[in-house]
Amino acid sequence: MDKTILSGNEAFARGAFEAGVKVASAYPGTPSTEILENIAHHYPSIDSSWAPNEKVSLEVTIGASFGGARALCTMKHVGVNVAADPLFTLSYTGVRGGLVLIVADDPELHSSQNEQDSRHYARFAKVPMFEPSDSEEARAFTRLAFEASEQFDTPVMVRSTTRISHSKSIVYPQTPVEGLPEPSLARDPAKLVMLPGNARKRHYFVEERLAKMAEWSCSQSFNRIEEGQGEVGVITAGVAYQYAKEVLPEAHVLKLGLVHPLPKQLIREFAARCKTLYVIEELDPFIEEQVRAMGIEVHGKDLLSVCGELSPGRVAAGLFKEEIPQGFTPTETLPQRPPNMCPGCPHRGVFYQLNRLKAYVTGDIGCYTLGFMPPLSAMDTCVCMGASIGNATGISKVLTPEDRKKVVAVIGDSTFLHTGINGLIDMVYNGSTATVIILDNSTTGMTGRQDHPGTGYSLKGDPSYQVDLEGLCRSVGVKHVYSIDPYGLDETRDLIKREMERPEVSVIITRRACMLHKRDLIQRKPPLFVDADKCTACKACLKLGCPAIKWNPAAGTKGQAEIDKLICVGCEVCMQVCKFGAFGVCDEK
Amino acid sequence: MKNKVQNILLVGVGGQGILLASEILSEVLMLGGYDVKKAEVHGMAQRGGSVVSHVRYGEKVYSPIIPEGQADILFGFELLESYRYLPLLKTDGQVVASDLQIVPPGVALGKESYPEDVPAKIKAAFPRSRIVNAMALAQQAGNMRTVNTVLLGALSNMMDIPEEAWNQAMNNRVPAKFLEENLNAFALGRQA
Ligand code: SF4
Ligand code: SF4
Repeated sequence: MDKTILSGNEAFARGAFEAGVKVASAYPGTPSTEILENIAHHYPSIDSSWAPNEKVSLEVTIGASFGGARALCTMKHVGVNVAADPLFTLSYTGVRGGLVLIVADDPELHSSQNEQDSRHYARFAKVPMFEPSDSEEARAFTRLAFEASEQFDTPVMVRSTTRISHSKSIVYPQTPVEGLPEPSLARDPAKLVMLPGNARKRHYFVEERLAKMAEWSCSQSFNRIEEGQGEVGVITAGVAYQYAKEVLPEAHVLKLGLVHPLPKQLIREFAARCKTLYVIEELDPFIEEQVRAMGIEVHGKDLLSVCGELSPGRVAAGLFKEEIPQGFTPTETLPQRPPNMCPGCPHRGVFYQLNRLKAYVTGDIGCYTLGFMPPLSAMDTCVCMGASIGNATGISKVLTPEDRKKVVAVIGDSTFLHTGINGLIDMVYNGSTATVIILDNSTTGMTGRQDHPGTGYSLKGDPSYQVDLEGLCRSVGVKHVYSIDPYGLDETRDLIKREMERPEVSVIITRRACMLHKRDLIQRKPPLFVDADKCTACKACLKLGCPAIKWNPAAGTKGQAEIDKLICVGCEVCMQVCKFGAFGVCDEK
Repeated sequence: MKNKVQNILLVGVGGQGILLASEILSEVLMLGGYDVKKAEVHGMAQRGGSVVSHVRYGEKVYSPIIPEGQADILFGFELLESYRYLPLLKTDGQVVASDLQIVPPGVALGKESYPEDVPAKIKAAFPRSRIVNAMALAQQAGNMRTVNTVLLGALSNMMDIPEEAWNQAMNNRVPAKFLEENLNAFALGRQA
């Protein structure tokens, strides 16, 4: 096959296809999301699906592996926290069909709430981990990972980072493997039933497996020495390898394809020929500390930051104490351009009202986390997927009855089904009084609009059972469940206000599709305009923070609001905010 | 020329179609026989925020992101964003940018002001730069939505890639019914 240019995520999907994967499951999470989307689009022979959360997706793939099929699970770094429970025991059971878990880290937190380094999970769970440096290796290592999984009876992790997943480079696709055994039932309780008696024995197996793999990896081509000149050597892996080559083109390089377990013998041989040795790696000193524990002197995080991603400039600045070069720099301070909810986003009015009601808002993960930004400024906490509801319960416990009324949890529909539902069960079970708002926009917005069990469609776009959110909330004991269209500003405020007062749990479902929704759920209406004669320059509409509303200081005597007709979607929320009736609807021709 | 890595930094606002433009650009470069890498960020940043895409090509490219201060061309889809990323451009680099202005929230609220005379300032610092009225040319091509193709046309003037490679990439990427207006838009941008 010819060469082609693919993103890391497209290449992971290709690698899985070439490896003969039969089942793939995931919950979307930036920067990992497109792996499953690509599988669903390009490789329909693979059974691919969205799971409600990462734990379930890993459990599904474990089942497929136990049935003898090759199975792929993908997630973002924080997803592994959710999936850690099955992962750690899966390490003991091992696999039947190869099982690979691709985890995508997000150094620099481009779209995440923390910067955890997943390599620790590989070490913690005692499973091997590959780390590709570009798209071609993303393809090749995924394929390899399945072979290693079966050869060593282990799940295998593959670590990506934002700069691998979302960078494109040239890939040389290969023909898929053939002749894999057909899946079948085969009972093996001593291996698959992890009761203490069985698990004790498996722990010995796990330790032996790691030792064997460390030895094996010393002679494999994915761990390679690239001869340079002089006495400087670099040990590196992942995208950091590319920065190292850029900054130290002459150095000897030990490029690690398998970052756990480390090929100790190879490292010793390499270190012996270098006078100065650097470990160049992103985030934690994972390789560095293990090399140092071998009694080898290295430089690493004494020169490079543990925080944030690396870049050629940052590596050079650390190693050579050079300033990061800057060209021409504008002298004025430039206005920032932070992300914002879309024009017509159904969440906007809800946050506008929560702000006016002075609610204490425990927030969650999604587009609506942007409700924290001014001028909406209506989010007080945001910890992890599903945390809003438990956080609301906890803080209510310690407040006076008056303050308790202010507590409102907000959570998206996808996030609610991910792990929010557990918090709601607890809330009712333990007699909390907080108010929960489920912002139901019929999709997983932030990651690029994926389906979930509440949308009525599968990953492949086939119709599927749609979870009845109201029924679900009632079934766990919530007596007061309401749904409302958040475009109705007054009705939304009145309902939230009433339920905040109520000394019992209530759930308000604000239901309106995401403006970028894939199916025909959204109706774009003609844009609005501001009647210059009626605008009194009160600036009330600016408190919505809609990107389509602009302040024109030069208009009228005191300035005026204006609407950008190209991006206004006619949701008419601003119209309801204006006391002077200055908003009109443009004629649609 | 082939062994020296060339760097193009694409900048603009989330939703402007920058990722698609960098996709087409990378494909052109691959068809032109180069090693190519491109890097960008998805997710949170795309909600109307400032968006950056790095494209690098040459005989052999290592880092997918452009080393700081090493961009040869800054390819801008919005004026303020083009201005913001000038520090990443080489001192003898050049800018190809749209004159389109999209007001950021601080400016929309009347709290900050949009910088003035940006085209003149860019040209003073980087004399070989080009600021294009891409919207007007897109209209002339018959569809406002071809604005990014106009800009690609303008960029193509600064690169040593045969026109056939561009046409081939557009053939591969653009749906048939929009192909003609996009080829027109490209030609208009190339003349601009
Ligand atoms: S993508 Fe959807 S949910 Fe996200 S900000 Fe835009 S309209 Fe709102
Ligand atoms: S109607 Fe008003 S709030 Fe809605 S998108 Fe247009 S300007 Fe924004």
